[in-house]
Amino acid sequence: MMQSSKGSSMRASGGNNHLITLKSVTKVYDMGKEQVHALRGVDLRIRPNDYISIMGPSGSGKSTLMNIIGCLDTPTSGRYEFEGEVVCDVAGEDVTKMSDNELADIRNRKIGFVFQTFNLLSRTTALRNVELPLIYAGIHRRNRIEQAKEALKQVGLDDRASHRPSELSGGQRQRVAIARALVTKPAIILADEPTGNLDSVTGQEIMVLLDALHEQGNTIILVTHETYIAEHAHRVIHILDGQIDREELTANGKAAA
Amino acid sequence: MIEILRIAGSALWAHKFRALLTTLGIAIGIFTVGVVMAIIEGLNATFSEQISSLGSDVLYVDKRAWFQGHEEWVRSRQRRNIGLDAVDYIAQRSEYVSHVSPRVFQRGTLKYGDKSLESVTIQGVHEDMAVISGTEIVAGRFLSRTDTRHKKAVAVIGNSIKEELFASVDPLGQRIFINGRRFLVIGVLEEQGQMMGRDLDNMAYVPAETLLKMFGRRWRNISIALKAAQPDMVGEARDEVIGIMRRYRQLRPGQPDDFAINQQSTLQDLYDNATRMLWMVAIGIGSIALIVGGVGVMNIMLVTVTERTAEIGIRKSLGARRSTIRWQFLVESMTVSALGVVVGFLLASGAAIIVERATPLAARIPPAWGGLGVGVVVVVGLVFGLWPATKAARLDPIEALRYE
Repeated sequence: MMQSSKGSSMRASGGNNHLITLKSVTKVYDMGKEQVHALRGVDLRIRPNDYISIMGPSGSGKSTLMNIIGCLDTPTSGRYEFEGEVVCDVAGEDVTKMSDNELADIRNRKIGFVFQTFNLLSRTTALRNVELPLIYAGIHRRNRIEQAKEALKQVGLDDRASHRPSELSGGQRQRVAIARALVTKPAIILADEPTGNLDSVTGQEIMVLLDALHEQGNTIILVTHETYIAEHAHRVIHILDGQIDREELTANGKAAA
Repeated sequence: MIEILRIAGSALWAHKFRALLTTLGIAIGIFTVGVVMAIIEGLNATFSEQISSLGSDVLYVDKRAWFQGHEEWVRSRQRRNIGLDAVDYIAQRSEYVSHVSPRVFQRGTLKYGDKSLESVTIQGVHEDMAVISGTEIVAGRFLSRTDTRHKKAVAVIGNSIKEELFASVDPLGQRIFINGRRFLVIGVLEEQGQMMGRDLDNMAYVPAETLLKMFGRRWRNISIALKAAQPDMVGEARDEVIGIMRRYRQLRPGQPDDFAINQQSTLQDLYDNATRMLWMVAIGIGSIALIVGGVGVMNIMLVTVTERTAEIGIRKSLGARRSTIRWQFLVESMTVSALGVVVGFLLASGAAIIVERATPLAARIPPAWGGLGVGVVVVVGLVFGLWPATKAARLDPIEALRYE
């Protein structure tokens, strides 16, 4: 099902085994007269099965970084490689960018999003919500339902498949969202403040679930501003004023290393 | 594709009432066109049939044209009469004419026993007139070739005569007197009803030769009725008969015709004009209603797109391509217009039934409705859905996701 990189021309030169490589990535927003520099040259490498937290105060640029990693947005300059494929390489006049459809396909097959506000389709059942990425991937109905049920089982909600989001608790909704992120077996799971709208107990449960997914071999990137959440990851990257301020290994990371 | 239909269906179901209101404009448009089409179809099935029973494929060769100005009329009075021999002359030479019969008219008084009937139209014809006029025989038989060849005194009577003179007797084999001459009744025609206030059944057919021998001068003017071999070859038949008649009249090239070919198409033209007007009105009202309906669809789709901005963001983040989103909303707008078409047709069918029951007009539901419906769904749905759908497809996923 998973389709790896296409032509070799798109491949990066260096034979590294990085999942994600960002090189001097900047992002400038044009707000009429003034320009907002959301990112001012970010270098970042993510290996398979990494567990990373991105921390920073609001306005630091962590959301922008998240959007670029998630292929929802493209950098103003710099280079972004995903599994060795160039998503975007802007150096002056020389621009290589994936098309809108290629970005959509990467989001569909390679990236699983988990949002703070869950972002489930409210009128649709849990199962249908989880099926959605598979629909866009063009998976046949029978396989789709099977895979969606499997993903729901993984987050412990196989008995809630026919419930609508309004009939589920916040924690359960976020579990559905995680199942939806998992269902295409993506290369990375991007979780943007996944516990932000949950009480601490439920939030803790969600973090235990994410930890378990990491144990199973998934690559997870977590955006948060809560230290105790960030510490579930192995590496914490602090963003300040659009730049990486510092990077530290957590207790979990040290134990793993 | 099935998935897109399912998504559109559930999105509309979530706003049932709104979807229904949106479809109203389209429904009214379809309703108007549908009702008019039903009425025209009904008219075609009845009135048009009557007109063609007069014989749209029948030509009449006469000394004069039926419709002409005064000057022409005066000039054509000078023409020679057309004699009975022209009938065989045409019949032997024509390829595009299948049936030929003379028509000689005589007003007469009919008597049977002590009953009598005045002002009856007596038509002197040949055996081919049965086919040319298209009237059926309900009892006995029509005139035969032998009857006309041997100038037999036989008559086929219309329904009114049967009812007036033979209230309780079987008319077949009875002897009646036409203007004092004895005739044998050999057949009865089916009832034809009235046409513009004239009783079409107050008539009798007798052999043309018999009529001329008994009542007329030998070279009296006659009319000749011709039926084209194929309904679509009336034009060819007409040209051919003109040629034959010119030879019959021994006209030299350059000399004008001294006869006229008449055709029962004038009524048909009148009818066609009337229905064409109805059509134009229907299409006019229908298209205005459809445009209004279409704008309604577009309006509601724009509202829908704005309302569902967050949903579009979610779908995009999960990997929906632009084209997928565009199709999702196009299918939705087409579904709305399909709903309108269905509602409009249902209403129109109801109206057609009411018209059929409550008025003398007939109303039929024409099969063309199906095609019209599909056309409207596609055109209205696509044209008026395209802008909102494109707007949805072009949304920036980040901003869409942030939208509350």
